[in-house]
Amino acid sequence: MLQIDRWKRVLIWLVVAAGVLLALPNGFYTRVETHNDAVKAMEAGGVAPGLEEQVALWPSFLPSGLVNLGLDLRGGAHLLAEVQVQDVYAARIKGSWPEIRDLLREERAVVGTVRLQKSASDELRIKLSKPEQLQNAASLIRGLARPVSGIAAAGASDIEVSVEGEVIVVRLSEAEKLATDERTVRQSLEIIRRRIDEVGTREPTIQRQGGDRILIQVPGLGSAAELKAIIGTTAQLTFHSVVSRASSADAPAGAGNYVLPSLDEEGVYYVLEEASVVSGEDLVDAQPDFDQNGRPAVSFRFNTSGARRFGDYTAENIGSPFAIVLDKEVISAPVIQSHIAGGSGIITGNFSLEESTNLAVLLRAGALPAGLEFLEERTIGPELGADSIEAGKLACIVAFIGVLVFMVLSYGTFGIFANIALVFNVILIFGLLSMLGATLTLPGIAGIVLTIGMAVDANVLVFERIREELKSAKGPARAIDLGYEKALSAIVDANITTFITAVILYAVGSGPVRGFAITLGLGILTSVFTAIFVTRLIVVIWFERRKPKTIEV
Amino acid sequence: MRLRLVPAETKWDFFERYKLWLGISAFMMVVAFASFALQGLNYGIDFRGGTTIRTDSRMEIDIAGYRSAIEPLQLGDITITEVFDPSFGADKNVAMIRIQAQDGEEAVTSAVIEAVEKALQAQAPDITFSSVESVGPKVSGELIQTAIIAVVLAIGAVLIYIWLRFEWQFAVGAVVALVHDVLLTIGIFSELQIRFDLAIIAALLTIVGYSLNDTVVVFDRVRENLRKYKQKPLKEVMNISINETLSRTMMTSVTTLLALIALFVLGGDVIRGFVFAMIWGVIVGTYSSIFVASTILLWLGVKRDWSKPSDTTGNQFANVDA
Repeated sequence: MLQIDRWKRVLIWLVVAAGVLLALPNGFYTRVETHNDAVKAMEAGGVAPGLEEQVALWPSFLPSGLVNLGLDLRGGAHLLAEVQVQDVYAARIKGSWPEIRDLLREERAVVGTVRLQKSASDELRIKLSKPEQLQNAASLIRGLARPVSGIAAAGASDIEVSVEGEVIVVRLSEAEKLATDERTVRQSLEIIRRRIDEVGTREPTIQRQGGDRILIQVPGLGSAAELKAIIGTTAQLTFHSVVSRASSADAPAGAGNYVLPSLDEEGVYYVLEEASVVSGEDLVDAQPDFDQNGRPAVSFRFNTSGARRFGDYTAENIGSPFAIVLDKEVISAPVIQSHIAGGSGIITGNFSLEESTNLAVLLRAGALPAGLEFLEERTIGPELGADSIEAGKLACIVAFIGVLVFMVLSYGTFGIFANIALVFNVILIFGLLSMLGATLTLPGIAGIVLTIGMAVDANVLVFERIREELKSAKGPARAIDLGYEKALSAIVDANITTFITAVILYAVGSGPVRGFAITLGLGILTSVFTAIFVTRLIVVIWFERRKPKTIEV
Repeated sequence: MRLRLVPAETKWDFFERYKLWLGISAFMMVVAFASFALQGLNYGIDFRGGTTIRTDSRMEIDIAGYRSAIEPLQLGDITITEVFDPSFGADKNVAMIRIQAQDGEEAVTSAVIEAVEKALQAQAPDITFSSVESVGPKVSGELIQTAIIAVVLAIGAVLIYIWLRFEWQFAVGAVVALVHDVLLTIGIFSELQIRFDLAIIAALLTIVGYSLNDTVVVFDRVRENLRKYKQKPLKEVMNISINETLSRTMMTSVTTLLALIALFVLGGDVIRGFVFAMIWGVIVGTYSSIFVASTILLWLGVKRDWSKPSDTTGNQFANVDA
């Protein structure tokens, strides 16, 4: 009766001690934060004066995990972006045109001359001068199809070729679209990450959500608009042959060409060949620079294959203009003066110094493969976050004291035991949150406050049960034992059902709601643990020392 | 001397006026539903799309002035409300401005926000914008959907769990009580036109969890007493069970309410709606586990013989001392 094995006692205290240790860093938040930042900086190879002292602010043998503060508490910018995956289809399918054209030209004797018809952006429509050869040509084009990469799409090929009336239509296959989508989103994720790293803010969250969405949270950044300026630009840099100049966007372009406006000359348009000569993917470096007139510009360098293509192209086209295009706008269209070997160059335009610096950053980080559409944006000012933390803290303390007093008034000594367990409970929640690196949000604080209120429930169940058992005139030890034993089923059932709702909240919810689900779920685990094990252990120890003849609960 | 919320021994008959209680509950549910159907909910931008801007100024807030500053931009429906909180000093004046989702725009445009901010700055030079949130209509539609899915999933999961651990009658009683609580909570949000956003869904699910917690504790005792008093009529057994657990029910409700009220008063205006939902839910949930869930259980009746080996479904905890 009323015995707990020694190993169990040790284990319970060990868990509690671990919780206290893990929660400890949160008591010295700014100090540990500085320490962590300094450690990270040193690992990254940084050497700055004062770094050593900052590391020394917190002893290295102690855990240094902190509860992350959510954006609503710390302030910062939040964006939910949808990657326009279909943007890539057009580029992919148009990119295959030169190859198809070359193939059919070789077979000119059989299929006759080929012409590209106007079409929707995600398909090619090809007309032959010998319509009876349509099927033959289509099967030739099918020979160009490649298997789709990726495990899920085993066996499928990347293009679908069909004959519709007088024309051959080439489209991307569904499997290829899926594979492309996946690649596009992953690339976008990577590039957004690189761009944000270039700017160097702390602990950004960049997560994929669902199929084609990306969630970006950057604490401490002034506004979502600033964040959008960094990641919202596609920064797709391409070099094209210029077919002609035009004066309106509706100028006849001819198949395989398109009309783009000039960036800074109003009313000036260029007809360009749609397939690019070189693109930003071949860039290895871009730096803010100045042109010979001292105006801000961006200098760049190509990798070897880009440099070769650019060199060959310029050698063959001396005297004709080519266009530098950024995000569907022509920055400039200089005439090629000479063969440009070595693969470096300079982009001039009417840039301000800031624009040229930004453009260099964007070009370095790489272009987004597709445009982004912003579905949700939130900016929380740091003061509002700080106010919320203060209010939350105060509410927690008051709630805590209220519950503590209430428990002592209701259950006397046993109330004190429950209170000790309650303190450990809150510490354990913070310990777990720090260990998991979970994020504390404002609703999360509400979750903790609610847990404080509900945590006593398990203890109340037990104490009420002990009271009842005492009425049937059993000895105190037996009554305590029975109280725990009989209350267990109610405690387990009640908490499992609440836990189920917490799990569903976590699975379905997002952002702050998820934060709430985490603290609620952890709170249930810790409150059951503290009620069943910690309070019980305290009661047993007290009982062994005092050996009371009667107890009052 | 101990603080006692209820006398040590109670023998109240909770089913004496069961028709009255069920009637009140049914009436309230009808009112809630009618209010929801007639005036709907005051959806926040999470569910409706649009932009909210929280402004902060040292000067008194001139709602009409703000409105006339923004109106020329022709952004459609604009709501401006002043926010009060006991922690605000005289030089802290906060307002919330809500702008409807702009027609034909899937995504959010910074241009609109910038224009509004400029217009407000002209009206109140020292104004700062402590939070700006925009949700596009595409996302908000999905958020409603996932919210409904979350609530339905939670109730469904709970139904199954209680069915497994008890009997189907218990599960039905508990779920009717849950639906009652959820409906009444939505009803009060509709009646008082309190802003209904994503956080309120979290509150709703917590209410589901809490109300259930309460119901399960009562049901657990009913199950135990059904074994103990094999001959007593069900009504009497249920009354005994509710009376025995009453002290605990009140204790837990009061401690939880204590914590929530602290949060309501001191936790700041940002989460006040959320906390209000929970306070309401705790009160309604406590009421419903006694007067709705138990009454339904009584009405449905239960299989009395729990000692047969065939129905030991998951009763391992309660079997110990049966």
